Amino acid sequence: MTEKPASPDFLVHDDRDHAGVVVVEGIGAGRELSGWSMETDATLSITTRDAIPLGHKVALRDIVNGDDVIKYGEVIGMAVADIPAGSHLHTHNVKTKKW
Amino acid sequence: MVKAPEILGYKRENGRVGIRNHVLVLPLDDLSNAACEAVANNIPGALAIPHAYGRLQFGRDLELHFRTLIGTGANPNVAAVVVIGIEPEWTQVIVDGVAKTGKPVKGFSIERHGDINTIAAASRAAKEYVHIASEHRRETCSLADVWVSHKCGESDTTSGIASNPTVGDFVDKTDAMGVTNCFSETSEITGGEHICRARGATEAVGDKWYATWKAYMDEVIEPHKTSDLSDSQPTKGNIAGGLTTIEEKALGNLQKIGKNARYIDVLEPAETPEKGPGLYFMDTSSAAAECVTLKAAAGFVVHCFPTGQGNIIGNPIEPVIKITANPRTIRTMGEHIDVDVSAILRREMTLDQAGDALLDMVVRTCNGRLTAAEALGHREFVLTKLYRSA
Repeated sequence: MTEKPASPDFLVHDDRDHAGVVVVEGIGAGRELSGWSMETDATLSITTRDAIPLGHKVALRDIVNGDDVIKYGEVIGMAVADIPAGSHLHTHNVKTKKW
Repeated sequence: MVKAPEILGYKRENGRVGIRNHVLVLPLDDLSNAACEAVANNIPGALAIPHAYGRLQFGRDLELHFRTLIGTGANPNVAAVVVIGIEPEWTQVIVDGVAKTGKPVKGFSIERHGDINTIAAASRAAKEYVHIASEHRRETCSLADVWVSHKCGESDTTSGIASNPTVGDFVDKTDAMGVTNCFSETSEITGGEHICRARGATEAVGDKWYATWKAYMDEVIEPHKTSDLSDSQPTKGNIAGGLTTIEEKALGNLQKIGKNARYIDVLEPAETPEKGPGLYFMDTSSAAAECVTLKAAAGFVVHCFPTGQGNIIGNPIEPVIKITANPRTIRTMGEHIDVDVSAILRREMTLDQAGDALLDMVVRTCNGRLTAAEALGHREFVLTKLYRSA
């Protein structure tokens, strides 16, 4: 019998994704988080640079201003600022490409 | 074909299966709301569904108004209908449309009678219908006879991770059982349109979907658009829940159609599916009450509603089942939730288990369990208007 996997701090839809979703409350800056790739079942880790609320995203790699941002393996918008890995990735640094 | 579970439903005159047994008091227009509410007050077993429109509409907008009201009365969750309108001609349009189902329906108009006489006559009819409805009995039917609609609301990132994929698992499982399912929300597929187009059962139906989406973009969005559509797509609630852009919201939204099911037709708002069992797309707004009202008017009898931040919508005739994966929503407003799949986020529940839990809740709801929205009295009935009245 295998051990029950630990509850992750963040989830990642697709291994190409630039961001993971924090699924626990109370995450501050400087925390080492444990993540779960839903695609490959791999365990991931990232250290936060910002506080990240439940449901909000953490950048998993450095993203340059103007780059496409990938989640679900698809483009979800464009970076409008440099976003270092571990940062809170949201409306202040990512914008839709649609309207 | 996988065998569908049995449910206990109401077999209607036209062969459709309902899961509720309402006697409706349906206003043709805004002016008739007061009389309808008075009738429902006189006859507690009857349900009035007031709304804001029905005067000086014309063209496609009027057609949609008629189709929505006729479809609401025709829905298999409705046993009988009393229609009240200010004048007789348009009232009769609704009566004739509902009568095609074979169910009891009677119309009353207020001009030349006044509210008081109209209310008295309509109350007598409603009382008769309550007697008739009260003798209907639930019978063994198949879930394959049940039409299920789907739409999410107040979504957040947990919707795309867990509650929408739970609905997707339900859609995949029940599509294989011959259940009729329907998704919608045209604006909210923006960013995932290439994925949605490819999920058509044929290239032609995929193209039909794309033309519908493109027409919405050209006719509604382009002339009126603002940055992030004025915080309407995504909404303030979506953003608070962690969704950043419409593309991200759309990719989460599309999780509701599962991995295998393919849509077989694209419906106009409130249009009844006519291609047999399968998955359909309906062209609707993404606003919850407008969307569910149109689905109910097309004949759908139970609705699956995944939510992240906690949308509380219900519908007067179509039970709305709420599913959430957000642990804070469970903690702070759990009375609105029917199916808690937050264990997916903790890796304590698989998607397969979550889909089975939703399937079980749909069957229980069909058998008579009141949803959270029904128990809390949510009866949002909101008509879609295509343009200004004359």
